[in-house]
Amino acid sequence: MMIKNKAIVDDDWVVLRLAENETPESVTVAVGKVIVPLKVWFAQRDKLTDRSELGVWFASDERPEELKNDIGKFAVIAVDFPKFSDGRGYSIAYNLRARLGYNGELRAIGDVLRDQLFYMQRVGFDAFAPRPDRNIQDALKGLSDFSEVYQTSMDQKLPLFRRVQRKVNSIID
Amino acid sequence: MYRYDQYDQQIVNERVAQYRDQVRRRLSGELAEEEFIPLRLQNGLYMQIHAYMLRIAVPYGLLSAKQMRMFSHIARKYDRGYGHFTTRQNIQFNWLGLEDTPDILADLASVEMHAIQTSGNCIRNITSDEFAGVAVDEVVDPRPYAEILRQWSTFHPEFAYLPRKFKIAITGAKEDRAAISMHDIGLSVVKNAQGDVGFRVLVGGGLGRTPIIGSVLCEFLPWRYMMTYIESIVRVYNQHGRRDNKYKARIKILVKALGIEEFKRQVEADWCDLKDGAGTLTIEEVNRVSSYFTAPDYEKLTANEPSLDSFKAENKAFANWLQRNVKPHRIPGYAIVVLSLKKSDVAPGDASAEQMEVAADLADRFSFGELRITHKQNLVLADVKQSDLITLWKIAAANGIASPNIGLLTDMISCPGAEFCTLANARSIPLAQLIAERFDSIDFQHDIGEIELNISGCVNACGHNHMGNIGITGVEKKDHDEWYQVSLGGSKGNNSSIGKIIGPSFTFIQVPEVIDRLLQVYLRERIEAERFIDTVRRLGLNPFKEQVYATAIEAEPEEKTEASLFKPAQYSVPFYSPRF
Repeated sequence: MMIKNKAIVDDDWVVLRLAENETPESVTVAVGKVIVPLKVWFAQRDKLTDRSELGVWFASDERPEELKNDIGKFAVIAVDFPKFSDGRGYSIAYNLRARLGYNGELRAIGDVLRDQLFYMQRVGFDAFAPRPDRNIQDALKGLSDFSEVYQTSMDQKLPLFRRVQRKVNSIID
Repeated sequence: MYRYDQYDQQIVNERVAQYRDQVRRRLSGELAEEEFIPLRLQNGLYMQIHAYMLRIAVPYGLLSAKQMRMFSHIARKYDRGYGHFTTRQNIQFNWLGLEDTPDILADLASVEMHAIQTSGNCIRNITSDEFAGVAVDEVVDPRPYAEILRQWSTFHPEFAYLPRKFKIAITGAKEDRAAISMHDIGLSVVKNAQGDVGFRVLVGGGLGRTPIIGSVLCEFLPWRYMMTYIESIVRVYNQHGRRDNKYKARIKILVKALGIEEFKRQVEADWCDLKDGAGTLTIEEVNRVSSYFTAPDYEKLTANEPSLDSFKAENKAFANWLQRNVKPHRIPGYAIVVLSLKKSDVAPGDASAEQMEVAADLADRFSFGELRITHKQNLVLADVKQSDLITLWKIAAANGIASPNIGLLTDMISCPGAEFCTLANARSIPLAQLIAERFDSIDFQHDIGEIELNISGCVNACGHNHMGNIGITGVEKKDHDEWYQVSLGGSKGNNSSIGKIIGPSFTFIQVPEVIDRLLQVYLRERIEAERFIDTVRRLGLNPFKEQVYATAIEAEPEEKTEASLFKPAQYSVPFYSPRF
């Protein structure tokens, strides 16, 4: 199960993670809907390029620009959070959306928890695979913690001061 | 001062609800402590040695009398009747129960306050000049920009989990009173030759284990680019700052590693598509926020109040206070008053619930209902009529907040130290008290004049030891004894410098004698009205070292005093202390 577009849905994708003895070159990518590590994509590009349904995932130390020329080839792009406190994934997501113009499914995987979902959705994630030991219904609530925000990001292209008429100090008016 | 509109209030109210639910989940066991830690930290809640500590944001150090009374209420209802004002212009309460903290946040929200981002690896509360808006040397009032940045940084979705904490300070005066060069980003609001407002942007300053003075990233950034430019700085840092070593994770290390030129290139590459985008600040928003910082209704007064002179002549205590605690104001007939929270019998920056109420009453009666907190852990009444100074002083003195020591030896900065903080190696507060007792004579302090003595209980430098004219740092040696390293020559302001360690460290008991010897050199060598720091700069460290290490410093055996020294400064240790 996962969250997509603010609803709980079945997840028919498999995330490929390399075991210790596997290398990006040698690992076998199973048939079907697989989200492969970015390194596997680069190592096996020729083999994988004709697949109709393929996903790729970024580790937190990988750079979105690396995928610049291939951005249109994937049904899903995922960003891995090795620990929820590793915030690089937020900037990866922002850059994928804002700088590389990616507008397909952008999924948060790894240590994905309720209390970070609000921020994740703001920087451009529209799909979340919360940690399996957590209640997914509960996680869904995290998306609606706040009903208003101050600053721009991917979900909100205008800052609050450009969107609404805010209050001027009435004492001097 | 700024007042919340419906949007500000809604965001803060929703934060209270979110936090209340997080605490509920923690108390029910649904959230493990490990997961709760970053959540509570983003809300300024630390687990200290004895209890939970909550740090409440006082945006750029400015607050109303009503908000100060709320601190007094919190101190009484949830704490032990006092609070601690910090070097980042905030307040901390040291003895809280976790289950009470959601109610405290709700109380705070009712007076337009919060504890958002007062800790954690995110953009922290923005600090500023404690004399903003009233200083004689001000070029541009920084407060509207500080408020705009407060809003921009509040719950910024991309920057909540940075490699490490991120501190921004902003000033708009000729003299830097906000120590901007020791911040991750330091902004100075300036006007260019055409009279346009912009920022001189410093980046990569900081204290801690590796003290570094910030480098100039941009000499003149037009005001409308404030947020987009900072967004790019923080994005470059978020992606490239080190995450493998906590002590190398601040932006200063990244800037050092890349060099300021390469760092600037990366920032400006990131910035080019944001530069004139929707995040650009508008003049309408600057004007809207500025409308909350207009001058109060000043009376037309003569420049110098005659009644002060005669009272001063017959009252030495008042004369001392006038000399040290009262600062010039840009409006004739007005003055800035600093209420000292430094007394030999209390921890630097501590104020009782009663003192907070007195300060709030003084603000209402004499200073348009507003107060400020200084980075030196004192309080400020910014708009006092000179003709009210005598009455104000009498009330302040009767309530223990009129020590005439602002900028003097006993106006020390001290971190909470080993009695409260799990990081500290050394007891900063008892040491501050020992020093304050030794140099209690106000005449001696006035003779020494301006000097900054800063104490940190460990290398993390919360007590700004590197920037002290005399800096003291608690260090641990392998036998777990506490030792104190002494440095000389640090300073804040326009001519910032980082102090140098004078030699081998000292025991707790020896430190006051070390300070005395340093002062003896100054008294012997000073030329006319030269300040301590100027003498140090002129002579270098050697004469001071020679004097300090010339003869052994006698020290009473620690055993004799151990029992009294290990007792937390003025408060007994509660039995529920989580450390035990």
